[in-house]
Amino acid sequence: MYVIVAGCGRVGSSMARRLAAEGHDVVVVDDDRRSFALLGDDFRGHRVVGAAIDWDVLRKAGIEGADAFAAVTDGDNTNIICALIAQRAFEVPCAVARVYDPRRARAFARMGLRTVCPTNDAEDAMVDAIHTCPMPGAGS
Amino acid sequence: MFVLIVGGGKVGLNVGISLGRLGHEYLIIEQRRTRYQLLHAQLEDHVLFGDGTEMWVLEKAGVERADLVVAVTGDDEDNLVIAELAKHEYGVAKVVARVNNPRNQRTFDLLSVDSTLCAATMTVSMIQHELPSHQFVPLLSLKHERLELVEIEVSEDSPSAHLTVGDVRLPPDVLLAALLRGGAALLPRSDEMLLPGDQVLCLLPPGREKELIRIFLPSRRPEEVQAQATIDVTDEGAT
Repeated sequence: MYVIVAGCGRVGSSMARRLAAEGHDVVVVDDDRRSFALLGDDFRGHRVVGAAIDWDVLRKAGIEGADAFAAVTDGDNTNIICALIAQRAFEVPCAVARVYDPRRARAFARMGLRTVCPTNDAEDAMVDAIHTCPMPGAGS
Repeated sequence: MFVLIVGGGKVGLNVGISLGRLGHEYLIIEQRRTRYQLLHAQLEDHVLFGDGTEMWVLEKAGVERADLVVAVTGDDEDNLVIAELAKHEYGVAKVVARVNNPRNQRTFDLLSVDSTLCAATMTVSMIQHELPSHQFVPLLSLKHERLELVEIEVSEDSPSAHLTVGDVRLPPDVLLAALLRGGAALLPRSDEMLLPGDQVLCLLPPGREKELIRIFLPSRRPEEVQAQATIDVTDEGAT
């Protein structure tokens, strides 16, 4: 697969490294060159400096032939808009946006965008963790 | 009419004040605390503090009953998200948005915005209009109405030079709206003669510019003329 990852923070850099290690072609886009340090020296994919909502930057990252696009910059609105551009202007078959705000994540999912909401995931995990806490003297 | 304005900068404030004068109801959403306090001192209940890309803020502002949403924050992504939410989540009939960076114009055209305003593009157009040696200036574009207003020079070698307005063969749906000569505007009466060096103002549907350029500037390549008249959004600044 040819995958573009927009945003090279903790999630972006880790998922880019993982996908590249799995043998996929990966391009990481970030407007701050310094964030590529998180990828490490042995990263086998490509790095493009620029704003992920800029069509020319996306073209430079090879969006016209991309199979997947992951928007994981630090801004919900940037992620939504660049994923919409990937999906609607460049017809990338799989475009996913990380959206922290659960309501915005659901709203744009209703409009046909794939969204991942870490807030919802954390809530579920935390509630689950509380439910499954071993309580002293509870017998199980 | 109830108009919801997101972004209380100079644009948002002035839009609000003029709508108020026209007797419309309006509310401005502003997310910067100090700016909000300034606006509140002036406009009182016409301002709401909050992030206008948050749905609960939009709902508190009454987005569901808004006839028009105006997204004029200084952030293009925010304006685009506000426009999408207004249109698709809340069924707002009309959305107008500000384009801060002309490079993002394509995205505004791609998504749900009915009409856009871009200060940078308009400033470039107006400056070109003031320059002595401009040949083609797009002055106004009404996207929803599919109407453009352009200014174009009549060159010496144009087949229309020395013809009267009535004899000029314009493409279908193109209207010659005015003639500019020596700094004055002339009404395009059918017996008025077009002279080389005149500027003509034409109303036309989008996409007809090339035909117009072939008529008035036959020795120029239409693509080149159009490229010169628009802000270059293709390459510079991309890296």
